[in-house]
Amino acid sequence: MQARQESNYSEGVNSKRATVISSLVRELKSLLGPENVLSATEDLCLYEFDGSVEKARPELVVFPHTTEQVSRIVKLAAKYQVPVVGRGAGTGLSGGALARGGGVMIVFARMNKILAIDLESRRAVVQPGVVNLDITRAVEHAGLYFAPDPSSQKSCTIGGNVAENAGGPHTLAYGVTTNHIAALELVMPDGEIVRVGSKNGDAPGYDLCGLFVGSEGTLALVTEITVKLSRKPEAVKTLLAIFDAIEDASQTVVEITARGITPAACEMLDGWTLQVVEDYIQAGFPRYSAAVLLLEVEGLREAVEAQAAAVDEVCRTCHAREVRVARDDHERDLLWKGRKNAFGALGRLAPSNYVLDGVIPRSKLPQALTHILGIGKKYGFHVGNIFHAGDGNLHPIVLYDPRDSQQCKNAIAAAEEIIRYCVELGGALTGEHGVGMEKNELMSLLFSEADFDLMRRVHDTFNPDSSLNPGKIFPLSKGCGEIRIRSKEATGAR
Amino acid sequence: MVSSEEELAEYVVDGIVPGAIVKPHSAEEAREVMRFAAADKLALIPVGSRSKCDIGMPPARYDIALDMTGMREIAHYDAGDLTLSVDAGTPLRQLEHVLAESQQFLPLAVPCFESSTVGGAIASGIDSVLRQQYGTARDFLIGAEFVDGKGNICKSGGRVVKNVTGYDLHKLLIGSLGTIGVITRLNFRTFPLAAAYGGHVASFESAERALAFRNAVEASGLPVANLEFLSPRTAAITKAILEKEDRPVPGCVEGSSWAVYASFEGNERVVERVAQDVERLARDAGARQDEPLDAGSDAQLGGALREAFEWLRWAAPAVALFRITMPRILPQSLAALSRPEDSLRRALLVRAGGVVYFSVMGDSEDEETIAAFETMAKDIFALAAEKQGQATLLHAPLGLKKRLSVWGLARGDFSLMKKVKQAFDPDGIFAPRRYVGGL
Repeated sequence: MQARQESNYSEGVNSKRATVISSLVRELKSLLGPENVLSATEDLCLYEFDGSVEKARPELVVFPHTTEQVSRIVKLAAKYQVPVVGRGAGTGLSGGALARGGGVMIVFARMNKILAIDLESRRAVVQPGVVNLDITRAVEHAGLYFAPDPSSQKSCTIGGNVAENAGGPHTLAYGVTTNHIAALELVMPDGEIVRVGSKNGDAPGYDLCGLFVGSEGTLALVTEITVKLSRKPEAVKTLLAIFDAIEDASQTVVEITARGITPAACEMLDGWTLQVVEDYIQAGFPRYSAAVLLLEVEGLREAVEAQAAAVDEVCRTCHAREVRVARDDHERDLLWKGRKNAFGALGRLAPSNYVLDGVIPRSKLPQALTHILGIGKKYGFHVGNIFHAGDGNLHPIVLYDPRDSQQCKNAIAAAEEIIRYCVELGGALTGEHGVGMEKNELMSLLFSEADFDLMRRVHDTFNPDSSLNPGKIFPLSKGCGEIRIRSKEATGAR
Repeated sequence: MVSSEEELAEYVVDGIVPGAIVKPHSAEEAREVMRFAAADKLALIPVGSRSKCDIGMPPARYDIALDMTGMREIAHYDAGDLTLSVDAGTPLRQLEHVLAESQQFLPLAVPCFESSTVGGAIASGIDSVLRQQYGTARDFLIGAEFVDGKGNICKSGGRVVKNVTGYDLHKLLIGSLGTIGVITRLNFRTFPLAAAYGGHVASFESAERALAFRNAVEASGLPVANLEFLSPRTAAITKAILEKEDRPVPGCVEGSSWAVYASFEGNERVVERVAQDVERLARDAGARQDEPLDAGSDAQLGGALREAFEWLRWAAPAVALFRITMPRILPQSLAALSRPEDSLRRALLVRAGGVVYFSVMGDSEDEETIAAFETMAKDIFALAAEKQGQATLLHAPLGLKKRLSVWGLARGDFSLMKKVKQAFDPDGIFAPRRYVGGL
């Protein structure tokens, strides 16, 4: 009897919600045109995933073309008290672009124009839906490029990069997204349009650009971005160092860092995953090794020669079996293609993989890798490692079968233990993927009640009703004593 | 806690003397002071060596000076990881020595270097001369601990070089003048010292030629650490400073021509190569004279120019010192600044990254001078806005601060700044009215 009452109640709620959503759909269709609004279940299904193991379905999806439209969408959603989440290409790995609270998903795919390029001031003004690599393509004729280069740069968008403060292999020397953003145009949760930062020089006042970049879409929607462009280096040398023991490879990274050599990139790929990558891409990696380091040095010719020689020497001192230098651009591009597509190749090893993202002090790399392999073993996994070794940004990869519920539980438990371990070493929860809905319950490992209190006040001052990207970054569980394993089973994992 | 009139007078900010000085020795002590201030609704200003307290507007209230110089511990330094965690009151000079033992440094080459604390350098937001090569503090500050306006010890960021966990609240502290929190500890990434250093200085008959050279160096993509463009008067002051300190004066820094100074670092071959390229560019631009600087003279000249903010603001009995950023430094923009229509003297310094320091000097803070400063400030604020740049007054006589805001024209994002201030300091404990827009 009671169950039946509840069911009637929930049907009542659902039908009320359906009415709200259908009114909103009507208004949005008249604002944007029906071709820019999706509300059929089969269409919405496509937007319930991103690159993470999480899953959440929006109630409708819209494709604005202008900032003004974004502002009006946000106002309409507020009128109906429906949450809003922004989305770029959906390549994110922490569930940042998933509609955890349902509601309206604003997909920026059609706001994909490069609005202005100022070669002399080295700035470009772009819409959020512009693909990362397309910025470089538009300016490379002038010897310039956009430095942050996430592995997904062929498909991920600059809006998503800004929201997550994305990194990439070459951020070791050049910094992450936030270091390359001069100004933003924002749509606030109440629909107000505001510009922060300054195209030229530092704007007086608080560094709002610095606050909004990396705020994971929880404070504002970004509708226009002024990016800083970098000059292509005069010379580049790419080295591939091959090791018979993974400890030697990580010791090499420690030595390179300690000697004050800053390569443009310093990536590690373990031998086990490398075999698969090589089968898939034939990038020129060795088929049999314990690990390789993919190192790049850039700058003036004189600096590059000296740095390459220094790197070579460190590698050999640390027992590298072989150090190869890419002979030309073709060889170099192939190696990077292998690195950037490595995660895709792993699909050959297991039905699914869970790419983790933790950071540790670089001096602790050797012990960390050994320990992480041990954690994997404990849960019955072989953990792969393809990561940004130079800045201590680990990406352990847990390969598992999502159809096996025990494996799912174990994958999540292993992941959590690995991240806890990173924090114990003095590291952080995430180096470049973001907290999103993947790690929000782990935030208490790093932050105190006072830290949360202030972050919450900052959140609430901009996004008072949590109407923008709800359920992200902040832990949802009450009290911070015991961190619970996420209640959610990884049934939607892939 | 009990202080004499003389001691209190040393903590003056824009003519306002605090009622008490408190010197905490830990974040917990700082927190207790904050809680005391919050409970009694007292206004508080955290200070370091007090060398840049004249930046900003006069505080509406100022009851407690929170002297952070009692906190000077290096909490953590992992040279192998190039990361550092240091108390806010640590003097930059002390830090420099510690880092140098591991052949490293922090690229915070700010004015008043001898006395400055690391917390003050961050809170004042003052430029480091090394920004061209190493970026600004936001590029290497990786975390912070601070006491917020509610009297809680908070932190953001961490001690690793790459981190996107939580909001980047520590970036908001840079240049915040203590208006949102008391910085107690700062985490940085450190940098290796270069193997070799060198410099080059050239003099030019006209601003146009000097500027053409400066812009050519900037456009060349050569890695320069300093790139400073000096008007004749700035060169004359630089010369006088070097002479006063018994240091060698490069022939090109003489006071009747425009001078451009570049410094560079790297390995020996890099320094040699950049020196050659810069020299060639100088001759192409028609330099009157040019000379290479060895590491020693480079450090002397670089050191004198690092202090430019300090000597420009005290170069005359009345000084209005502007900081202007413009997209491109064009001769027309400079001409607009240096047009001498009155009896005031002008000194101009253009830094790398298009940062212009423009000092206007008068002989007394009389009504006529202040009125002239005011007119000029209004023109400069308007000019910067027109060029999509920014302009503020880094230093101004009190009389001028009473007439206009040193922060320049109101910006469209002020509503958001106000929200930041409210979130951090809901009761308005920190230095009320000193900041942008009266925050």
